[in-house]
Amino acid sequence: MAQLVVIQRKCTGCGVCVSACPFGAIDLKDTAEINAACRMCGLCEKSCPEKAIMRLETKAKSVDKEAWRDILVFCEMTEEGLHPVGPELIGKARELAPSAGYQVDALLLGHRCDKAAEALRHYGVRNIYVYDDEALGFFRAEMYAACAEDIIRKKKPSVVLVGATALGRSLAPRLSTRFRTGLTADCTELQLKENSDLVQIRPAFGGNIMAQIVTPHTRPQFATVRYKVMDAPVRQKEAAGEVHRMPLPKKAVSEVRFHEKRSIPKAVNVSDADILVVGGRGLKKESDLDLIKELAGLLGGEYAVSRPLVEKGWDTNARQIGLSGRTVKPKLIITCGVSGAIQFTACMEGAERIVAINADRNAPIFRVAHVGIVGDLYDILPRLIEHIKREKSQYARV
Amino acid sequence: MNIFVCIKQVPATSKVEVDEQTGVLKRAGVKSKMNPYDLYALETALRLKEETGGKVTVGTMGPPQAESVIREAYMMGADEGYVFSDRRLGGADVLATSYTLSQAIRTIGDFDLILCGKQTTDGDTAQVGPSIAEHMGIPHAAWVSRLTPRGKGILAEQQLQDVIETVLLPFPCLITVEQDIYTPRLPSMKKRRETKDKAITVFGLEAFLDQNPDNYGLAGSPTQVERIFPPGSDIQQETLDSGDLAKQLHDKLKEWKFL
Repeated sequence: MAQLVVIQRKCTGCGVCVSACPFGAIDLKDTAEINAACRMCGLCEKSCPEKAIMRLETKAKSVDKEAWRDILVFCEMTEEGLHPVGPELIGKARELAPSAGYQVDALLLGHRCDKAAEALRHYGVRNIYVYDDEALGFFRAEMYAACAEDIIRKKKPSVVLVGATALGRSLAPRLSTRFRTGLTADCTELQLKENSDLVQIRPAFGGNIMAQIVTPHTRPQFATVRYKVMDAPVRQKEAAGEVHRMPLPKKAVSEVRFHEKRSIPKAVNVSDADILVVGGRGLKKESDLDLIKELAGLLGGEYAVSRPLVEKGWDTNARQIGLSGRTVKPKLIITCGVSGAIQFTACMEGAERIVAINADRNAPIFRVAHVGIVGDLYDILPRLIEHIKREKSQYARV
Repeated sequence: MNIFVCIKQVPATSKVEVDEQTGVLKRAGVKSKMNPYDLYALETALRLKEETGGKVTVGTMGPPQAESVIREAYMMGADEGYVFSDRRLGGADVLATSYTLSQAIRTIGDFDLILCGKQTTDGDTAQVGPSIAEHMGIPHAAWVSRLTPRGKGILAEQQLQDVIETVLLPFPCLITVEQDIYTPRLPSMKKRRETKDKAITVFGLEAFLDQNPDNYGLAGSPTQVERIFPPGSDIQQETLDSGDLAKQLHDKLKEWKFL
C-alpha cells in the first residue's frame, strides 16, 4: 500500500493541488489535507510547486502468493441435483487456469450427493471434495462455511468461484470475511493474470460503468458469478477427476434448527426460456402487458419485465431481468420500451439475437441490440401480432 | 425485542454517468435518498416491535449529511438513530464496510436481531449483511420473506433455488429481508413534528473497540478498483427506423426461423 502525504512545514496552502485532484480528495485548511476519497493517482504530487506532497510506500499486508494455488469451484445441490451454475464456473475456471499454471478442483456440499459428485467427474476437474452429511441437508450458512473453510485451509486455493444463487450469495460473504479477504459480487467477466491476481469485471455504481477489480494483497480471491453468464461447458464422455469424501469438520456446529421445507410450485423460469419478449417502462398501463404476453405466446416463448414494472407492482421479481432479478441467455430476446440500463443489459446481452424496440433513438439498449427498431411499440406490436396471426391462420387452412 | 436496522444513503438516481474519454465519474449535483430496500427492513423491525414490544435502533455509515436518512427513519417510527462518520472510514469495500458496522453496533449495545435490506441500489452486492454476521460471530439468514418470533429466537423463511426453507435462528442473529415481506409505511407528519428535534448521535473510529485505522476504509479493503470504463459493444448492428417496421421485424423473425 502506498499513501500520499502532505509535508506540513513545506505546504504554503496555495491550493494548486486542490484543483488538480480529480476526486475532490484534498481539503484546504491552513495547509492541504488528503482525505479518504484519495485514489492514489498522484496528480497532486506532480502539481505541487513546493514539492510538499510525497508518496509514502508503506508495507503492504502481503501474502505469499506462491503458497496459494489452483482454483476451487463451489458446486451447489438443489432438490433436483447439481445446480448447473457449478459446471458453468468449472468451464470458466478451466479456461483461466493455464495462465497461472493452475488446476481446477470442485467442492460439493449437501446431503445425498453421490450422483452429483459422479456428474462432476465429466467436466474436467482434478479433485472433487465432497462433504455429504444429513446436517448439510438444509442450508445454514455457518455449517456450509465451516466445511468450505476446512477444505480451503487444507488445499489453499488462490481463487474460489461461487455461483451467485440465493445460497451462494449468502455463503460467499460469510466465507470471504472469515479469511479477511476480498469478494466481488456478480462478475460478468473474469481473467487471471500471470501473477495469479484475478481480474474481476462487474457493472458498478448502478450506472453505465464497468469496474475492474483485483484483490492484490490477500488470498484466496473470492468471486460470485450469476447463472447463465458463462457459457455452458461441454460434458465429456470419459469420467475423470477423483472424488474425495471428507468428514464433517469439528467446527461445523450451528444452533440454527430446521423447521420446514416446502418446494416452490414449478414457477415460470425466464432463465431457461429460449425466446423472451420483455416489456419495460415504455408501457403506459398495466393492461398493455397483454401485448407483450400475446407476442411471447405466439412466438412460443415467455414474457419478462424490467425493474420499473416490478417496482410499479405490475409483475413479480420472478419475471424480472436484471441484477436484482434474473440473468437470461435466450436464442431470441425482443425488448419493448426498455431503456437498457446496465443492470438490465448486463443480464441479457449474452442472448444470441437481440431485438430492441424503443422510441428514443439514444436509448442505451441500442448499444447491445443486433436489430434496433426506432419506433412506437404501440404502433409496431399490434401490427406484428396481426401479421403473425394472419400467417398462422393461412397455414391452418392448408 | 431489541432490534438494530442497518440503513444507507444512496444516490436518488440509479444513473451515474462516466466521461467516455477520461473514464472519470460525473457526479455533480446528485441527490440522495434512503436505499429503497432498507425501507423493508425498517418496516419489518417496526412490525416486530409492535407485536412483541422493545426498541428499534437505526444506524448508517456515511458523511454527516447521511443524518437525513435517520430523520426519515424517525418519521417512520424508529426510536434511536446513529451516524457513523469518520474520514478514515471512507473508500471501504464489503469487508471494511461490514467490519465498521459490526464495530459500531457493538459500541451501541447488545441487540437480539439485526435487520438489513437485501442489497443497496448503488453497490448492488447483497454481501454486507452476511459479512456483518460473520464479523460478529452470529448466525444469519438471507433473502427472507417471512419472520415469526418464536421463544428466544425467530423463524425465518428463506427462498433458495427450488425450495423455501424455514429455519429457527436463536438470538442474537442477523436477517436480510426481501421486498415481499411487508409494504413499508409512509413517513408520518405527526412523527415528523414529534421527532423534529430528536437527537441523532454521531461518532467515529474513536468510539470503536478496535481503533486501528488500518482495518477500516480504503486501508482495510482487500479489493481495489483498477479501472472503470464504459461497457463496450463490438457487435454487428442494424437499425430500422423507417418504412413498415412491423413488417420488417416480421421478415427478420422469419429469416431467423423463429416463425
